[in-house]
Amino acid sequence: MKKDIILAGVGGQGVLSISALIGLAAMKAGLFLKQAEVHGMSQRGGEVHSHLRLADVPIASDLIPDGKADLILSVEPMEGLRYLPMLSAEGWLVTNTQPFVNIPNYPELDLILQEITRVPHHLAFNAEEMAKEAGSTRAVNTVMLGASIPFLNIAYEKFEEAITDFFQSKGTEIIDMNLAALGKGSDFARKGRGW
Amino acid sequence: MEQLVLLGDEAIAQGAIDAGVTGIYAYPGTPSTEIKEYAERSREAREGKINVCWCANEKTAMETALGVSYAGKRGMVSMKHVGLNVAADPFVNSAITGANGGLLVVSADDPSMHSSQNEQDSRYYGKLAMIPILEPGNQQEAYDMAHECFALSERLHVPVLLRITTRLAHSRAVVRRRKEILEQNPLTLPENPMQFILLPLSARKRYRELLVKQERIAREAEGSPFNNWIDGSDRSLGIVAAGIAYNYLIENYQDGKCPHPVVKIGHYPMPVRLMEDLYQSCDTILVLEDGYPFIEELLRGYLNRGKRIMGRLDGTIPRDGELNPAKVAKALGLPVHDGIPVPGLIVSRPPSLCKGCPHISSYNALNEAMTSYSKGRVLSDIGCYSLGALSPYRAIDSVVEMGSSITMAKGVADAGLIPSVAVIGDSTFIHSGITGLIDLVNSSSPVTVVILDNQTTAMTGGQPSMTSRIENIVEGVGVEKEHIRVVNPLPKNHEENVKIFREELAYHGVSVIIPRRECIQTATRKLKQARNKTKAGEETS
Repeated sequence: MKKDIILAGVGGQGVLSISALIGLAAMKAGLFLKQAEVHGMSQRGGEVHSHLRLADVPIASDLIPDGKADLILSVEPMEGLRYLPMLSAEGWLVTNTQPFVNIPNYPELDLILQEITRVPHHLAFNAEEMAKEAGSTRAVNTVMLGASIPFLNIAYEKFEEAITDFFQSKGTEIIDMNLAALGKGSDFARKGRGW
Repeated sequence: MEQLVLLGDEAIAQGAIDAGVTGIYAYPGTPSTEIKEYAERSREAREGKINVCWCANEKTAMETALGVSYAGKRGMVSMKHVGLNVAADPFVNSAITGANGGLLVVSADDPSMHSSQNEQDSRYYGKLAMIPILEPGNQQEAYDMAHECFALSERLHVPVLLRITTRLAHSRAVVRRRKEILEQNPLTLPENPMQFILLPLSARKRYRELLVKQERIAREAEGSPFNNWIDGSDRSLGIVAAGIAYNYLIENYQDGKCPHPVVKIGHYPMPVRLMEDLYQSCDTILVLEDGYPFIEELLRGYLNRGKRIMGRLDGTIPRDGELNPAKVAKALGLPVHDGIPVPGLIVSRPPSLCKGCPHISSYNALNEAMTSYSKGRVLSDIGCYSLGALSPYRAIDSVVEMGSSITMAKGVADAGLIPSVAVIGDSTFIHSGITGLIDLVNSSSPVTVVILDNQTTAMTGGQPSMTSRIENIVEGVGVEKEHIRVVNPLPKNHEENVKIFREELAYHGVSVIIPRRECIQTATRKLKQARNKTKAGEETS
């Protein structure tokens, strides 16, 4: 088993925390992992991405080779498209459709959504809407995390454990809300993938 | 055995702690910041068993670590690659004094300039100082090497340089911690009371001792567990892979087995015997190294009359930028998998100042005040406010290195562009702006210095800076009190602030304006923490 994931978004959106949560679940599942992050200047509202590699054998490179990613998980529609050269022919683009507009020349959203539908395997949805249904728009990253689960071959319970650990200090209310968001994302992606 | 998921940076800190380090000193800089931050959170630091400090700059940090070594204990200093320029004086001289307690210098290079102004390679500094250099290829090696470096430093009585690059610094993997945690060294002064006295008479002697020591330094590298021969039967090509480059090589073979013989380098100077064997037994040599062509240059020699050496110098690998699996695949003549091309409508999203950032108001006021003067006279510095070079602000004309704003502004004024303006952050001012301000005062230069005081080192994540003393420092070095103006950079104060900027620009002498408002990131974080605390209090009561 080997899963290579690119996580994409804008600095400040919490891409690193999604990456950390998947990493935590993978650890609990006894997998090897390598997780390359971007720190520093780009975190100030610039494009950010993280390479996350999971496998049941030791992993060599911290970076995913071009054209080998199994999944691009993006919390922002334009940012996911930026890393398409990394995606394998069988790989999936799973993306939020809510744009983060902090540049004057942000392309027309309709055109971006059209580009997403051109990717052979894609799943695009309004994660913010789903997070709201789960209790707070702040759980949007947990919805995205949930949406990654059907693509990863890691038991759902491992993600529940990871969420519980990660939000331990925030209290049961926050944990439950995030578990609900996780379920919404996961259910949607499972159906979207045709399972 | 305890297993931890650590960044390369964090693995270094853990390795040092487990090796019984007494002091860890640093100035924040991407990609090295997390070394000190991790150490600071450790049990050992919280219990006060080790000193972990941010210092005013890399030079003061390096000197403090040298002091720890002088006293017989183990000291570490960490910095980004350009920080080693700042620390170069004590760094090079620490090789002449030599170490007493183990002394480890960590320098984090940033090939591809993810968050830096150049991609200089710290290995050249190690060679310049004539000391051992270690370069880990993965997080486990980062831990093991940091641990081993102290003993190596004590065996050879020289400082050791540990060189990493951004990719390893900021990538996480599982690290197995050693069972045995070493005790700190006892306090012991150098056996030779002249060791640390670098008067020419004794320095000449110390330098000759360093030269004699070179043979032992080379012998240690020759027998190092971090230099390895990995055999392969196809001798049409021999490969030298340094540090993290080895991972990219292996990534290109399904079973992780390269068909060519490989010399994996993790400890410099390069092991002569292994390199000789590779050179003699293979038709062509490929050098894989992140950063400058350090090994490649040495192998080729000035005249390059030997076997064909492939790498960054002959174009087999691009001359700049960090390595990755695809670049290595191309160098090996292996197929590269192309995904879907980036759609044409995608635009770049450069970093920008945060919404509510105090620098926005400062730049708006400065820009308006500057409309009375011709362009090209605002010299700036390193920090979040460097982003003021981009639109919509386009407020600054230079960003070179830490502290250069003030001294370049003096040069600009001396050249005849009067007034000139320096824009520098509070932390950068402490790092290396004060001495420049003294130069201004000594020659009464017509320069307005704007010290953007957001009360933190914002770019690297909000480390503390010595902020409350800025105007005392400014006054203390001799700037006239009536030309030290503290303003509050808020949009509602715009008109008033423009007026103050105009007044000081018109003054033919040294003036300092201090726009002071806390960084929006740290302010928001504090607010959140306070709210959580109140909430937790309500829940328990």
